[in-house]
Amino acid sequence: MIRSRVSRVTKKTGVILITLFGLLTMTFVIGRLMPIDPVLAVIGPDADSSTYQQVFDEMGLGKPIWVQYYYYLQDMLSGDFGRAILTGSPVIDDILRVLPATIELASIAIMVGVGLGVPLGVYAATHRGRLGDHLTRLITLFGYSTPVFWVGMVGLIIFYAWLNWAGAAGRIGFAYDGMFTSYTGFYLVDTLLSGNIEAFVSALRHIALPALILGLNSVSFIGRMTRSFMLEQLSQEYIKTARVKGLSERSVIWKHAFKNIRVQLLTIVALAYGGLLEGAVLIETVFAWPGFGQYLTDSLLMGDMNAVMASVLFIGLVFVFLNLLSDALYKMFDPRTQ
Amino acid sequence: MDVLTVEKLNVTFRTDEGLKHAVRDVSFTLRNEKLAIVGESGSGKSTVGKAILRLNPPSTRVTAEKLQFGKTNLLACNEKEIRAIRGQHISMIMQDPKFSLNPVMTVGEQISEALSVHRNISRREAKEAALEMLKEVSIADPEHVYSQYPHEISGGMGQRVMIAMMVIPEPDIIIADEPTSALDVSVQQDVLNILTRLIEKKNISLIFISHDLNLVKKFCDRVLVMYGGRVVESIKANELSNASHPYTRGLMESLPSLKHRRETLPVMTRDQNWLTQEYTT
Amino acid sequence: MKNAEVVRNSDYSLKARHNPEYTRVALFVKSFKKLCRNPLSASGVIIVALLLICAIAAPLIATHNPLEQDLARVLASPSLAHWFGTDEYGRDVFSRLVYGSRVTLYIIFLVTIIVGPVGLLVGTMSGYFGGWVDSVFMRITDIFISFPSLVLALAFVAALGPGLEHAVIAIAITSWPPVARLARAETLTLRNSDYVVAAQLQGASACRVLFHYISLMCLPSLIVRLTMNMATVILTAAALGFLGLGAQPPLPEWGAMISTGRSYMLESWWLVAFPGAAIMLVSLAFNLLGDGLRDLLDPRTE
Ligand SMILES: Nc1ncnc2c1ncn2[C@@H]1O[C@H](COP(=O)(O)OP(=O)(O)O)[C@@H](O)[C@H]1O
Ligand SMILES: [Mg+2]
Repeated sequence: MIRSRVSRVTKKTGVILITLFGLLTMTFVIGRLMPIDPVLAVIGPDADSSTYQQVFDEMGLGKPIWVQYYYYLQDMLSGDFGRAILTGSPVIDDILRVLPATIELASIAIMVGVGLGVPLGVYAATHRGRLGDHLTRLITLFGYSTPVFWVGMVGLIIFYAWLNWAGAAGRIGFAYDGMFTSYTGFYLVDTLLSGNIEAFVSALRHIALPALILGLNSVSFIGRMTRSFMLEQLSQEYIKTARVKGLSERSVIWKHAFKNIRVQLLTIVALAYGGLLEGAVLIETVFAWPGFGQYLTDSLLMGDMNAVMASVLFIGLVFVFLNLLSDALYKMFDPRTQ
Repeated sequence: MDVLTVEKLNVTFRTDEGLKHAVRDVSFTLRNEKLAIVGESGSGKSTVGKAILRLNPPSTRVTAEKLQFGKTNLLACNEKEIRAIRGQHISMIMQDPKFSLNPVMTVGEQISEALSVHRNISRREAKEAALEMLKEVSIADPEHVYSQYPHEISGGMGQRVMIAMMVIPEPDIIIADEPTSALDVSVQQDVLNILTRLIEKKNISLIFISHDLNLVKKFCDRVLVMYGGRVVESIKANELSNASHPYTRGLMESLPSLKHRRETLPVMTRDQNWLTQEYTT
Repeated sequence: MKNAEVVRNSDYSLKARHNPEYTRVALFVKSFKKLCRNPLSASGVIIVALLLICAIAAPLIATHNPLEQDLARVLASPSLAHWFGTDEYGRDVFSRLVYGSRVTLYIIFLVTIIVGPVGLLVGTMSGYFGGWVDSVFMRITDIFISFPSLVLALAFVAALGPGLEHAVIAIAITSWPPVARLARAETLTLRNSDYVVAAQLQGASACRVLFHYISLMCLPSLIVRLTMNMATVILTAAALGFLGLGAQPPLPEWGAMISTGRSYMLESWWLVAFPGAAIMLVSLAFNLLGDGLRDLLDPRTE
């Protein structure tokens, strides 16, 4: 028993290590494939050839590829992700600086995803094969099929340009920028803590639209998964037992069936959160949201190799972490695995 | 006194392959007694049990000339009325506690819930009653079992919990659908004893569904034999030896016996006519 | 994000799995009819058919030359002469959309013929041989799946340089692993099925068993997966185009059209609205189709 657990943990750790190693290799390959001359990117086009040679040697570019790879691994493992050319500061600092904006956006978005997706999925499952179910299917497939960047633009046209309900691009109105103390980096929290209600409203008006749109895709994902989990539970024998007791349909659904899918849902939400990072890359571009997604695309377009490699690696790490987290949640909350 | 009257019950399922007429013209009355429904797998026994509680899937068509519980016409009940019947007046014990107990609720919660749906009682009272009930189904350490999850207890224990859950609101009728088939042979008799003891004590009528004529013969008062969705024979248990229908006789003959050896094992013969013949008493 | 869901629901009825005849023509026709009976999947079929017609008969359908500039009529709003308006060079948006369907189909087609065979080969070999082959392949797919596919595609295009072909390669690189996973899962359930064992007993070589028996049996669920994948491919390609990393102007790729239209979007909404609607419609069609096909193969979800 203990032995098998130990061997499972070792195996799992092994898989994670291999995956991390793979992530590093992949980012290295991508970095080397880049058509941009990394030396020129550092010294600028006007530098003379002796500076060029010096930097070229410093970066180890004359060495065989596997030596470069070795250096790369060494740097990464010691936490040295290099400097971003765009900002001149260490990439890791940049990432930490832009991260709160993305986390704030993604967190609101996941609330939208859970808040709409779960009821939708439960509704569809309990109305299986009926009109409501088909409609839900259509809605969630729409959610899967819409290009988020496009919805973002249409949203801006309608809610900003035409109706003026939403704020423009950015996280907050210009007037309020810097008018409150930054405690957490989350504007909604910071403005409240500073007691600046107007600023809070402005931040809310700015985040509402991008978060809502970003959340749409996870509404679909969470909704469809909820439906399928619920259908599985509703066909179980214990549901019949619950009905035999004379429980109302509502108790049968929420107290019995739903209770059984909570843990599964938790793992799905963790995965969906990772998926939001992907959407954030696009939605942040559209809404000029100064977060991680925009940082990544900016670096890509500038050919800032260090920043790109580190960002991609970072996202990979977040994904691996979320997967681990969802496993751990499963173990923690399911009485059957205790 | 008749507790339950069923007349010409018909159940039809809608399936991919078309309509499936699973129960045909089943009629019987249940008094304060132990009635067995026997038949081979697929003969429609469970479907009859579920139809009484209106538990068949929504697409199922259930018709009957009469489906009367006391003064209530079960077919005419709306959702709310049938819920008031379920558990409180008629309840059902399922086959396999491994599947019929909610895996993420403690055993105790599930038992006290069965009571608190129908009674306006406090949480504590419900818990006390549940503990009391656990004792009644011969569970030695009720406090401990109360807070266990279904996967932590054995099958025999699970079925006792199931019995506790269904008996606790003191219904008038319990339908037990093969309550011992999924259990280890060693505990089957225990569970059966507990069940009969309780229903006798609380004056509950029993519909006992089984494929095992031998088992049923010993402790039920009356036996309905089903074949292909029809009742082919209805007979007192102690008169089974002079059953008239060839299918019942076939079942009797194929029972193993310790008293005399057989030269050849009997082979059940079936007759197409059984599927269409009206059952006559 | 859909991957998890699709893999989950991918197993289909035993009947289909253990009877190779099931995949034959008669059943195909029957299935197709059944598919079209569901209004949602039927509309998927119709939209995909329309897309094909648009692409084939583009010169007949388009009202203008998609590349011809008319500087006298820049940014004209939709009218009878220009149904969907004109863009910043006075090009007809409708005609560009019609021609754009060719680009879309080109991308879908290329990605699919790369991803399908590669995924099938890796997955079936992994599942059939097991052992270290399996471990190696599955660790590789693990690594790919650890990145959100769009981010990975972005990184690859950035590395290879912008352009349509590079976008196709990047998308293909990121979308084969889920297909391989699916094929592997299918193979695992098939490996010990009677008819594969029978073939082995008859002395069929591993190669023959893989290609002749197992691959064939994996096909139905693979097709479902690839169909739903097409929807994702369309979105990813559009996203790359939007970021300026995919198809380059003046090619009328829908995502790139949105990208250039973005500068004028507050006044000239049609530059953004119509191409986006086209992307959504086509992606939705493939999703509806894939969903319908899956139901056909998996009676449980009906
Ligand atoms: N939900 C259902 N849908 C379709 N057919 C069903 C359903 N439930 C039972 N049946 C069919 O009805 C017949 C009787 O089933 P059942 O009452 O479970 O038999 P028994 O309990 O005697 O074994 C069987 O042929 C079974 O296949
Ligand atoms: Mg049964």
